[in-house]
Amino acid sequence: MNDMSEGYVTADGRKIGGVLMEMKNITLKFGGVTAIQNISFDIRDGEIRAIIGPNGAGKSSMLNVISGFYVPTEGEVWFKGYKRGPMKPYQVAQLGIARTFQNIALFDGMSVLDNIMTGRLTLMKSGLLSQAMWWGGASKEEDEHREKVEKIIDFLEIQNIRKTPVGRLPYGLKKRVELARALAAEPKILLLDEPMAGMNVEEKEDMCRFILDVNDEFGTTIALIEHDMGVVMDLSDRVVVMDYGKKIGDGTPDEVRNSQEVIDAYLGVAHD
Amino acid sequence: MADAVAAEESAHSIPALLARNVQRFGGLPAYREKEFGIWQSWTWAEAAEEIRAMALGFLSLGVERGDYIAIIGRNRPAHYWAMVAAQMCGAIPVPLYQDAVAEEMAYVLENCGARFVICGDQEQVDKVVEVEDRIHHIQHVMYTDKRGMRKYDHSRMNALEDVQSEGRAGHYRYEEELSKRIAELTYDSTCVMLYTSGTTGKPKGVVLSNRNIIETAKNSVAFDRLTHNEEVLAYLPMAWVGDFIFSIGQAMWAGFTVNCPESPATMMTDLREIGPSYFFAPPRVFEGQLTNVMIRMEDAGRFKKKLFDHYMAVARKVGPNILDGKPVSFGQRLSYLLGNIFIYGPLKNTLGFSNIRVGYTAGEAIGPEIFDFYRSLGINLKQLYGQTEASVFITQQPDGQVRSDTVGVPSPGVEVKIGDNGEVFYRSPGTFVEYYKNPESTASTKDAEGWVATGDAGFFEEGSGHLRIIDRAKDVGKMADGRLFAPKYVENKLKFYPNILEAVVFGAGRDRCTAFINIDLTAVGNWAERNNIAYASYQELAGHPRVYAMIKSHIDEVNASVAQDPMLSGCQIHRFLILHKELDADDGEMTRTRKVRRNIVESKYADLIAALYDGRDSVYTETEVTYEDGRKGKITATLTLADAQVAPEQRMAAE
Repeated sequence: MNDMSEGYVTADGRKIGGVLMEMKNITLKFGGVTAIQNISFDIRDGEIRAIIGPNGAGKSSMLNVISGFYVPTEGEVWFKGYKRGPMKPYQVAQLGIARTFQNIALFDGMSVLDNIMTGRLTLMKSGLLSQAMWWGGASKEEDEHREKVEKIIDFLEIQNIRKTPVGRLPYGLKKRVELARALAAEPKILLLDEPMAGMNVEEKEDMCRFILDVNDEFGTTIALIEHDMGVVMDLSDRVVVMDYGKKIGDGTPDEVRNSQEVIDAYLGVAHD
Repeated sequence: MADAVAAEESAHSIPALLARNVQRFGGLPAYREKEFGIWQSWTWAEAAEEIRAMALGFLSLGVERGDYIAIIGRNRPAHYWAMVAAQMCGAIPVPLYQDAVAEEMAYVLENCGARFVICGDQEQVDKVVEVEDRIHHIQHVMYTDKRGMRKYDHSRMNALEDVQSEGRAGHYRYEEELSKRIAELTYDSTCVMLYTSGTTGKPKGVVLSNRNIIETAKNSVAFDRLTHNEEVLAYLPMAWVGDFIFSIGQAMWAGFTVNCPESPATMMTDLREIGPSYFFAPPRVFEGQLTNVMIRMEDAGRFKKKLFDHYMAVARKVGPNILDGKPVSFGQRLSYLLGNIFIYGPLKNTLGFSNIRVGYTAGEAIGPEIFDFYRSLGINLKQLYGQTEASVFITQQPDGQVRSDTVGVPSPGVEVKIGDNGEVFYRSPGTFVEYYKNPESTASTKDAEGWVATGDAGFFEEGSGHLRIIDRAKDVGKMADGRLFAPKYVENKLKFYPNILEAVVFGAGRDRCTAFINIDLTAVGNWAERNNIAYASYQELAGHPRVYAMIKSHIDEVNASVAQDPMLSGCQIHRFLILHKELDADDGEMTRTRKVRRNIVESKYADLIAALYDGRDSVYTETEVTYEDGRKGKITATLTLADAQVAPEQRMAAE
């Protein structure tokens, strides 16, 4: 079985724990299309793990398997030492898995604050009736949740847009609000689908800093998909490289960067 | 009562004033800061405890008498406390501009020889760490915000909070020493050292004593009858003398509440929530607010727009008179009252100006339209004239004598005279002690009798006795044909247009004047949106032919107005260009207080100036830019040069 005790120390001195999540021989098929072909890798407690690859490599599918949104055709997903079966979305959230989306999925008409509050939904205990009637513990409970949300707002420096409807925000800020909502669920593992897509250099730098700070401050394990190679290499502890649904590399950014197979996939070679 | 008088007399330092305030106002709020969406508040008694703990902590770190403690961060209670705590230890606080790049910071840190640095957050710590290998005298760095700081080498670094805890823990060991040091402070001890913004050359450290600060605070508080009930919003850079006077000097003397915004970006929301009764802002802030109001009114429905226009016309006619207590007919009063219900009241509330009793603007000339707009709403906005070396106040406008083109009468306790060359001199209890480690500059600025040269040219108006400032004395020059050249005068007229953010006029020693224009992205961007003009970048918008046409029409109007003045009619702008980038303090083109550094702009863009005078239609240029993190890059552009219409001069028309 998994050895939960082993771990490693990163170049900047962070201690990475044992295996948190393990993908074992995952294959995912949509009819005749094989999106993922027999891929295995693990994600360790406290690390920043990146999945990279050219367009159509199967990265987003992989993330959806990790999040439990797709059930793999073959293979097993192990989380915290237990084999994971098919799950409902709220069960995923209760397990401590939160994510952001490539194409932002926020409630446009609601304020930033309300959007982030929805991230805490699974943590709220009072029932529908008492919430609707503002009864008993509901009001006190909301105060507590609001406090947590305010800490996240402070952390991500979005105090100035707290009351702004999300629909009015520019793209870069929406991404940040999405991150805030995912954080509000106090996840054990945070899945980020192209957190830096479509951003300018300054926004990317900000986002990088937030991701590192989240990892550092809350100890959240982070799995992310990213296109921007520079960002990935600076940010992540270990990288999985995918191409045409197969894993072609796995290791530290330096190892991956020097792998011939990875270079070929990115620079392109003649396929026979 | 006898106690109070004794306390008043012995209040010869800021820590002594703090102790006095604890006695008098102990349970009233002294500081507020919005954090986590809620206004957190500290009473005078609580603040005093925090400050004392911080001072004890400083002692435990080994702060000595005469040490310089640099403070780099945004306006937060902890940073104000740190300044007072430093004074308690006999050390001298030196607040720095937090948006300065590492290079500029290095100069100031080296010049004052700071052994201790307090940083607001990781960003500031990074800058200090970056310069530390060149400056070896920094012994300890403290920081306020803990985020992202875990991985740093903490052998010579601590959270300010932890220093406070250390102070509380070491209370028995250091209490006696601290009380001794506080008792040593006199009226002539240094209160603070503030660096000038350095419009010309390197910044200079201005040493201000307790006497300077407290006497100035005492006089200015009496002038505007400020009480302990005032609310102020502390949002201007802490390194700027104005903030020190308002948020420490006057706040300590009068005992009023200092409110710190949640973040720089929330300033407008926080302003609305606090509703300050005493407010200071540079013209830029008022301009920005007015531009926003106007933009939003453009988007409003027709009925609302009509209502707004009607009542604003009423306000412009009667508002200032009501404010100045001049006679106004009953009908007009009634009309103004209705306007107040429908427009002015809600508008003031939106702007956060509902409770304003006294508002000041200074630093630059303010456009008459902007000034009148606020006054017509019933906001008592006034002008003052001052500088760091004077602990701010040189002249200010008394209630009821407010005009946009003067800066008022000499402040209480200040003597003002005009030199032979038109330069303004002053002498006051607030006059600075010296420039730090710079006796030559001190001697050339302050004479043996204590008169200080301001470097500004001005004159006292006949009749009213108000001072009028024309321009920086050294910027006033002559054109090739001997006519007077006062660039600031024309630039200010240009900047009164919301579309123009900044203007730089050239013409000294030349036969005609030309200008660089910076467009205001908010105003012009909104205009572009309404007129279906597509643009991808600042540069593209700035170069758009229709933007050029609009700016040209503004310049034509300014030329017509300049032509009316027989003395300055030579300053009309013949040719201009719109710059492809905003003038920026990071590139050294402006000071941190956002004043144009004329000579730097002139040498940096020499190619563009030459092109303005050789009759070309366009010019290609490469410009080096500095990013916020200090890296450098280059932008290239081909700029259009355009002619403006020059109006016939007054002296010909008068014939």
